[in-house]
Amino acid sequence: MTQMTFARAINSGLRRSLDNDPKVLLMGEDIGTLGGVFRVTDGLQKDFGKHRVVDTPLAESGIVGTAVGLAYRGYRPVVEIQFDGFVYPAFDQIVSQVAKMHYRSRGAVKMPITIRIPFGGGIGSPEHHSESPEAYFAHTAGLRVVTPASPQDAHTMIQQAISCDDPVVFFEPKRRYHDKGEVDESLDPNSAPPMGQARVVTDGSDVTLVAYGPLVKTARDAATAAADEGVSVEVIDLRSLAPVDFATVEASVRKTGRLVITHEAGQSGGLGAEVAASITERCFYHLEAAPVRITGFDVPYPYSKVEMHHLPNLDRILDGVDRALGRPNSLSGLEG
Amino acid sequence: MHCAQFLPRWLYHLNIVSMVTINRGKGAREAGKRRYHESCRGMVTRRQKVAATVVTDDAGQGGTIAGQDNNAGRRGGAGHSMVQLITPTGERVSHPEYDPWVRDVSDEQLCSLYEDLVVIRRIDKEATALQRQGELGLWPPLLGQEASQVGSVRSLRDDDFIFPSYRENGVAYCRGVDLADILRVWRGAASGGWDPYAVNMAIPQIVIGAQTLHATGYAMGIQNDGADSAAIVYFGDGATSEGDVNEAMVFAASFQVPLVLFCQNNHWAISEPVRLQSHTQLVDRGAGFGIPSMRVDGNDVLAVMAATRVALDRARRGGGPTFIEAVTYRMGPHTTADDPTRYRDPNELEDWAAKDPIGRVHALLDRKGLFTAEFEAGVRTKADAVARELRAGCVGMPDPEPLDVFKHVYSTPNSWLDRQQDHYSRYLASFGDPAGATQEEGAR
Repeated sequence: MTQMTFARAINSGLRRSLDNDPKVLLMGEDIGTLGGVFRVTDGLQKDFGKHRVVDTPLAESGIVGTAVGLAYRGYRPVVEIQFDGFVYPAFDQIVSQVAKMHYRSRGAVKMPITIRIPFGGGIGSPEHHSESPEAYFAHTAGLRVVTPASPQDAHTMIQQAISCDDPVVFFEPKRRYHDKGEVDESLDPNSAPPMGQARVVTDGSDVTLVAYGPLVKTARDAATAAADEGVSVEVIDLRSLAPVDFATVEASVRKTGRLVITHEAGQSGGLGAEVAASITERCFYHLEAAPVRITGFDVPYPYSKVEMHHLPNLDRILDGVDRALGRPNSLSGLEG
Repeated sequence: MHCAQFLPRWLYHLNIVSMVTINRGKGAREAGKRRYHESCRGMVTRRQKVAATVVTDDAGQGGTIAGQDNNAGRRGGAGHSMVQLITPTGERVSHPEYDPWVRDVSDEQLCSLYEDLVVIRRIDKEATALQRQGELGLWPPLLGQEASQVGSVRSLRDDDFIFPSYRENGVAYCRGVDLADILRVWRGAASGGWDPYAVNMAIPQIVIGAQTLHATGYAMGIQNDGADSAAIVYFGDGATSEGDVNEAMVFAASFQVPLVLFCQNNHWAISEPVRLQSHTQLVDRGAGFGIPSMRVDGNDVLAVMAATRVALDRARRGGGPTFIEAVTYRMGPHTTADDPTRYRDPNELEDWAAKDPIGRVHALLDRKGLFTAEFEAGVRTKADAVARELRAGCVGMPDPEPLDVFKHVYSTPNSWLDRQQDHYSRYLASFGDPAGATQEEGAR
């Protein structure tokens, strides 16, 4: 076990993948000499050369589109989109090319491409640097979408994503890049829990609290605070957003009877809606209350002086937990 | 008035226009010139202006290289010269720079190229007929572009990799793609017709220009592997406006990858003329990225071959990408769902019919005494046989199974999709026999 930051854990995972498979290569803007704007790829070009850690021109569609061609040739490209809000120029290549090529070629052409995207807010950045676009990709057939919430998961899941024969959009919670945690670098990704599997972070019996990415830590803190008030919250880290491991969530809700989902992305058409609908379909008669969503608002990502109002925090999550439990909360009296 | 104006629309679809072309000689070209003067004299509509300037693009003038085209004229500059080795009247003209690249093409090979051109036109005609008969949902004819496709694909090695758009069905034929597989997509029986690795040719790209980036990435892979093969990507004049094509040229130039950017300027992107896409010659776009660029008569199979060989040689030697603008013309509709009479002057079609890619090789073979009755009959027999095989492969293609809709979305198990498939299977089973249920649905 080694104590390391989230960013370092990804770096270490990338290094292992580069070591283990000569077909793995990294592409992106500023990832080589600079080591990435968040230093996630620090030192990798020096050690693996500029043909395996490629500084690309500033063209996101170009980065993903050339990765498609490299995958056609048998490579496993790992591309970095510098910030969440810059992924849209590559949208066609991701949605129409990366996601569909296996289907269109009737299984002949595999697209083992990993698209790394730092996402989420809370770092005081200007616009386009703090977005949560995961639902666009979770909605796209052919893609897998995952997001790690701990340094250990970051280290393991990046390797699992790279070795996956399907394309994976890998969202990295950028405000957690500098959080530290214990990482077992010797852990074999093949024997670790698969990236498609959700994880129960905190056992509980009164309410199920589903989170992913940057909000898993917030959810865990909320569970600790709730425990002080005698409420037992079971926190689930989804890890995979497409597909969602509903079996794990369902098992928890069958136990607690109550469901709260939280994410930074806007509410409407988001992952929370999918989780709420699917869990309601699967175990309606085990639910004691309607599922509650605590999410960002349906607004363009706001400027940094007000972003704290947009982002779900510990208190808003606890307010949602109170709603699920039928305890006094900010909307008491409004609900039917 | 010109006879082309009386050509009924069905002629476009059935490709009979080409027959007119083959028998057209010098007289027709002169008629074209006359029209130019007429249109300059009188009131000229915008569309007639296009037709008029296109005439100045006559590649066959005096058996020399045509220097100007409509874009060059508008630009007021000299423009790139257009490489031509066979004039529209079938004269083999010499070109010191490009002759050496096709010196090895024997009479026998020339006959074989002719056969390719004719067979491809026959495939195109048969597929159009199959669409009209309801056997295909759609077909994108390549009528008029045969030489661009044959000249380029016949220059490739087996280990070169092709990234086509949806109109490169002539390329697919020459590459050895199974005839039924060419039609699979257009019949709606699959989203991709063939295994790309079996023929080193990607499945057709529908999103305009997206494949240029794939080819560039593939060429990056070739470079990493230290191989001496190349990638070639086909796209059209409209595609040169797409961001992806421009990004591909940035990447290709920056990394100096072994890539041939083969642009068939067929003058029309559905209803939009090429001048709407570019204020300069398209070849200038490649040059603007620092990519060596050539402008070639795309209706001249030999010139296309020479240019492609130049580009491939550069790629194999580590000299990086090449841009080729093959100046050709889409004589048919964009697809069988299109109606070019709504936007195109029939005079323009007639002008290009006089520059037909097949007619000039026919004339050249004739001059050489190679176009014997026996040869002609042999080519026709071959074309008819291919058409029969194409038709049989099309109508005999088994329909996909209902649950095929779920196949190949992922290569690994997916809990969401597996559940949906399971539920739909149960739904089908609730009718008793899944196949029966589908038939009943179809009958309604």
